[in-house]
Amino acid sequence: MSRKMVTIDGNEAAAYVAHKVNEVIAIYPITPSSSMGEWADAYSALGQKNIWGTIPQVVEMQSEGGASGAAHGALQTGALTTTFTASQGLLLMIPNMFKIAGELTPTVFHVSARTVATHALSIFGDHSDVMAVRSTGWGLLASNSIQEIMDFALIATAASLEARVPFIHFFDGFRSSHEVQRIEELTMDDMRAMIDNDLVLAHRQRGLSPDRPKLRGTAQNPDIFFQARETINPYYAKAADIVQNAMDKFADVVGRSYHLFDYVGAPDAERIIILMGSGAEAAQEAVEYLVDKGEKVGMIKVRLYRPFSVERFAKAIPPSVKVIATLDRTKEPGAIGEPLYLDVRNAIGEGMENNWCSFDRWPKVVGGRYGLSSKEFTPAMVISVFDNLTQEKPKNHFTVGIHDDVTGTSLPWDPDMSTEADDVNRSMFYGLGSDGTVGANKNSIKIIGEETEYYAQGYFEYDSKKAGAVTVSHLRFGPREIHSTYLITKANFIACHQQFLLEKFNVLEKAVDGATFLLNTLSKPEEAWDALPKAYQEEIIKKNIKFYVIDAYDVGKKTGMGVRINTIMQTCFFAISGVLPKDEAIAYIKDTIKKTYGKKGDRIVQMNFNAVDQTLAHLHEVKVPGHVTSTMEMPPIVPPDSPEFVTNVVAKIALRKGDEIPVSAFTEDGTFDTATTQYEKRNIALEIPEWDPEVCIQCGKCVMVCPHAAIRHKVYDPSLLDRAPATFKSTDARGRDFPEGSKYTIQVAPEDCTGCTLCVEACPAKNKKEVGKKAINMVPQPPIRLQERENYRFFLNEIPDMDRREVKVHSVKGSQFLRPLFEYSGACAGCGETPYVKLLSQLFGDRMIIANATGCSSIYGGNLPTFPYTKDNNGRGPTWSNSLFEDNAEFGMGYRLTFDKFNEFAKELVTQLASDLGDELVRGLLEADQSTEAGLYDQRERVARLKDKLANNKSQEAKQLLSVADYLVKKSVWVLGGDGWAYDIGYGGLDHVLASGRNVNVLVLDTEVYSNTGGQMSKSTPLGAVAKFAAGGKPLPKKDMGMIFMTYGNIYVARVAMGYSDIGVVRAMLEADAYDGPSIIIAYSHCIAHGINMAKGLEEQKKAVECGHFPLFRYNPILAEQGQNPLKLDSKAPSIKFEDFAYGETRFKMLTKSKPERAKMLINKAQAEVKTRWKLYEQWANMNFADEE
Amino acid sequence: MDMTTNYMGLKLKNPIVPSASPLSKNLDGIKKLEDAGASAIVLYSLFEEQLTFEQEELAYFLDRGTDSFAEALDYFPEHDDYNMGPDEYLEHIRHAKEATNIPIIASLNGVSSGGWINFSKKMQEAGADALELNVYFLATDANQESRQVENQYRVILNAVKSNVSIPVALKLSPFFSSIARMAKELDDDGADALVLFNRFYQPDLDLENLEVTPGVVLSTSNDLRLPLRWVAILYGRINASLAGTTGVHTAMDALKMIAAGADVAQMCAALLKNGPDYLKTVLRGMEIWLEEKEYESLGILKGSMSQKSVAEPAVFERANYMKALNDFRDYVL
Repeated sequence: MSRKMVTIDGNEAAAYVAHKVNEVIAIYPITPSSSMGEWADAYSALGQKNIWGTIPQVVEMQSEGGASGAAHGALQTGALTTTFTASQGLLLMIPNMFKIAGELTPTVFHVSARTVATHALSIFGDHSDVMAVRSTGWGLLASNSIQEIMDFALIATAASLEARVPFIHFFDGFRSSHEVQRIEELTMDDMRAMIDNDLVLAHRQRGLSPDRPKLRGTAQNPDIFFQARETINPYYAKAADIVQNAMDKFADVVGRSYHLFDYVGAPDAERIIILMGSGAEAAQEAVEYLVDKGEKVGMIKVRLYRPFSVERFAKAIPPSVKVIATLDRTKEPGAIGEPLYLDVRNAIGEGMENNWCSFDRWPKVVGGRYGLSSKEFTPAMVISVFDNLTQEKPKNHFTVGIHDDVTGTSLPWDPDMSTEADDVNRSMFYGLGSDGTVGANKNSIKIIGEETEYYAQGYFEYDSKKAGAVTVSHLRFGPREIHSTYLITKANFIACHQQFLLEKFNVLEKAVDGATFLLNTLSKPEEAWDALPKAYQEEIIKKNIKFYVIDAYDVGKKTGMGVRINTIMQTCFFAISGVLPKDEAIAYIKDTIKKTYGKKGDRIVQMNFNAVDQTLAHLHEVKVPGHVTSTMEMPPIVPPDSPEFVTNVVAKIALRKGDEIPVSAFTEDGTFDTATTQYEKRNIALEIPEWDPEVCIQCGKCVMVCPHAAIRHKVYDPSLLDRAPATFKSTDARGRDFPEGSKYTIQVAPEDCTGCTLCVEACPAKNKKEVGKKAINMVPQPPIRLQERENYRFFLNEIPDMDRREVKVHSVKGSQFLRPLFEYSGACAGCGETPYVKLLSQLFGDRMIIANATGCSSIYGGNLPTFPYTKDNNGRGPTWSNSLFEDNAEFGMGYRLTFDKFNEFAKELVTQLASDLGDELVRGLLEADQSTEAGLYDQRERVARLKDKLANNKSQEAKQLLSVADYLVKKSVWVLGGDGWAYDIGYGGLDHVLASGRNVNVLVLDTEVYSNTGGQMSKSTPLGAVAKFAAGGKPLPKKDMGMIFMTYGNIYVARVAMGYSDIGVVRAMLEADAYDGPSIIIAYSHCIAHGINMAKGLEEQKKAVECGHFPLFRYNPILAEQGQNPLKLDSKAPSIKFEDFAYGETRFKMLTKSKPERAKMLINKAQAEVKTRWKLYEQWANMNFADEE
Repeated sequence: MDMTTNYMGLKLKNPIVPSASPLSKNLDGIKKLEDAGASAIVLYSLFEEQLTFEQEELAYFLDRGTDSFAEALDYFPEHDDYNMGPDEYLEHIRHAKEATNIPIIASLNGVSSGGWINFSKKMQEAGADALELNVYFLATDANQESRQVENQYRVILNAVKSNVSIPVALKLSPFFSSIARMAKELDDDGADALVLFNRFYQPDLDLENLEVTPGVVLSTSNDLRLPLRWVAILYGRINASLAGTTGVHTAMDALKMIAAGADVAQMCAALLKNGPDYLKTVLRGMEIWLEEKEYESLGILKGSMSQKSVAEPAVFERANYMKALNDFRDYVL
């Protein structure tokens, strides 16, 4: 039977099979499994059928708990059902998993195994999640490669139906889920041959139906539960054999043969390692390398980890084995060892007792950990594990891949050691997310994988920053299957698609002797050599590197491609690498372009064709002189005077050398200092705003809207200008709020600005002499970078912040004199969320604690290497933590409980110690009015006096009071998160917390979609908008959470949009903080996932309000107490049509192009919904709340 | 009354043709125009910029942010197909043809000789009875010679003519050094009709907000004079049909246009202002006038007051200026 070769990633391989052998698919997005659900949804949306000829139902749930519940229900009623998940998602499924297994229900959940958050969250891969479900009774089947993922997805399903044991089919997050490989695609016939229809019918027959009523899911008592629980044993006893039989059948049908435990290596091996997952591929490469050298080594790939077949395991071990190392990709602190280690030791024991083992004496067994959170695991590390086994007393409970200088667990390895064959082409590409480098490489892999005989592999490294994100692509292709499940360490082709990256880190570090280097540069070919930093010239000469250049931006400009230079650089790669004859390669590139862009219009296709055609004429080889001509040094990655941690850790991470940082560099509990983004001068803006004091009206709007706190203003005494740099700008301060003669400056942070232009858009002042200009205008950054760096330094350090007591915080302008304590985050350029977060930090930052739901705001808020939350000159600032995605409101409420308790306790102690403290201080402390900045200042002064008085008091009460004295100053608890959290997964908790009456403030950054995981529909998604899992446009309206919470009556509720009313946001935040009870602010946040010009984000916000889609209001329970209507509408009745807003955004407009009739129907429905909703608000706002008795 | 006319080979029941406007954007509007008596309809224009911009916009926003961040490798679900660029327009032509019994003239508006011209063939295939090319070109480049500007028109016309077999009309602006020469050249190149003239939307300045505003000002009957003059001058001198457009608001305006030599009078502003039904009023007015004046058919009126036919041909030329000034003087004094 002929099968197609396809070049796909692991998630697609799993989803492809899962969709064809199931009827119901319940999903919830979580990295790195999200795309499995998205693929399944896409297949169904395209009408693709399963092997029984029907289209599976795909439904998005509100959480993984919900997905597993829905899956459980579907399974209990007889549908073939699956889901996809990872990490915390899998943990949320545990309760249902116990039930599903306990009820002997066949199903397969596909898991891209990911680190479970401990001291930190990590989206990357290890086995901590799947190891956490060992006790659920589910089978655990591990795939090591992309081909295996497709194969095992089917084998697991077939086996589960027969065994009636549910299976987790897992593979390594990112390394396997996102690695692209050329594999053989299973056919529908393969799947039909593997799935026994009688078993399917039997499963359906067991399903609950009123036509054959049964009862399942009972409650049982001590008398029978135990016995009933033991009934399942025969099924588990047979399960492993059933899996092996399915593997054997698969071998007959497809030709690839697998075993529960596959041995690779010398038949007479004395040292073996045992592991599972993608690491086994790298291990295989190392084992084959060593065996070729005559070493007696081998390895066992554990395929079926649960149910664990001791007999088959024992029989897989060669009799010659003397010493074994197990490798676990997880950590189980406090256990005797990690799970696989314990199982192997135990299995050998049982195996020997039962005479299944062929060796006559106990081998030595040691265990180690590797690869946590996708830590690199290379053949060199495998070899170091084998080296350890040669020791008289091999190190046990070791680690490999890190430098553990604290407890000395780590094995040393040789980073220069490589087992890769010379005939494998290894290419690396450094680029930006925005230039399309990864997309181009994915296409190249497809071309090589599908149009040549080569095996091909692609893996891609991404950035934690969303603005100016750097990507590194690793492409391999060669004549044999590729087992190299690790990043390229020796590259024979390196391309740098952005010249500025040369200054950030050494892109040629991995180049082998004689490698090729391709650089996209603005320099002419004859000037390109001299434009290189000195270190690069040295490296090129030393390694005999061939050097090619292209000005891809010039080609991009000429062909209309702009900065998206993917096609141009891809053409260069094929032209230089010679992997295919040039003309053939170009034909394939054009063919791919047609496939990729064809449906988006001929114009795009032609533009790309044109780019391909023009590229070769612009590609030049640079003659490398034999000597260095450059004196250019690489600039320091962080300023020389940075704190120690920044120099030792942050700088190394930025240099892409984080792997070298030893254990001792880190705190034990995951705690970090804030205020570190200031050291990471990323210089990603090509243009930055320049202030024109003559035109400026000093309104502060530019400062308010800046997502990155990279534009600020101050009013100050003119004498300070004596020390100002020559180019520092100032003008007379306007307004009567400041002393006569005060000066005013707006200053840009040139190296932190992302160039988003939101500030320019927000500026209301026009230059009367040239109306195209405003009071701030974009100008190229490089020429003014140094001068503005000095100006900004002077502005920050020499001009004091305004005294918070003097600032009129209730105005936009006034609020912006408060120092932002959230700055230079890695959020998208023009982010719609961060201006709100920044404003919060200005208003309450010096007494604020944040509970942050997982999502965009936790990534730009707390992802290494640097943190945007910062401190004021008193060392005070926001303190921040992220618990989980689903529990954020409860987590924040925990903060409140602590603070309330400590405040209460402090007051009790102050009362107890009143005689020592004096009446005036005691009264002051206990009765302080802290509703203003002045009141807060005074209370802080009192607390300082209190501490002074307590300093010499040795009593227990005094010590206790000292530790809680600061809680006498009012603290502001803020719970932050996106709509995925608030509307969906965290809604139950949010509801409970708001209903609790406690003083917790919630800020919902409402992007109307799951932004961080790539645009999946939430219950906040508007009617008619296209989102993942709502490919045909969401048919139902956005949940009106504001309305729901208003019904409680005692919750402060506000809905705000900075683009419509900036002052409305200030008011809402101040009122929410002032209200001594629960409050929630729902803030419209434009987002890259809306498909809008981010520079016009504020305009989009305005339209969202003006059309009535996002009516603004404040509901203040205090007003009700005063007999007034608590609901005040802050926006006017709809003044534009819904479509005037919607069709300015791709999320709505794309449907008019793909499904015009449906788009029309939905837009009409949305328009009607908007009208009705407005009427409801209007009526409420007009109700008379006065006591009429 | 025999109101029939022949416009670039299309036999029309009367000379009133609604010109490209939002009225023909949907089938309802088209049906209403037909019901009101329109003899043919020029569909709203498919703009070159619209074709390129929409495709670029969609491709840009669907691609932006992809493959940048590990958790969100893209932001939108993949759709099977997009009805991009001309597809929607072509569909519209098809529907318009199905829904009506009058000729449908598709309209292409652009300035370059790029790929958009190829859509003319697709328009023909979709059922358009004729094409109207609107070359909306403002010559603002001081380095561009007038000859280059003129050639651009000819290049576009030739490109389209070689693509289609249906008649092609060219809608011109009045801003040529020699309109007559330009008309002759286009006629020689095979233009089936010349439409005189398109109106460039003139931007306005908003002094309150210090902004340039693109405000559209609809024509009035006074604007009739310019096309009227050139229709009268060109009538009988070129083979191509002539359509007069701009300022045709009343039955009298339309009759004047025909008398000057136009085969059809195109209407837009008056229909936008008064609704499609107003076309009936105009037609009725024309018929009444023709009947009152005892014309046997509209054909007799056509060109009867063209430059060739009037007693004083100079009135259409510079001498008319002197006459106008003298009249004015008489009037104000």
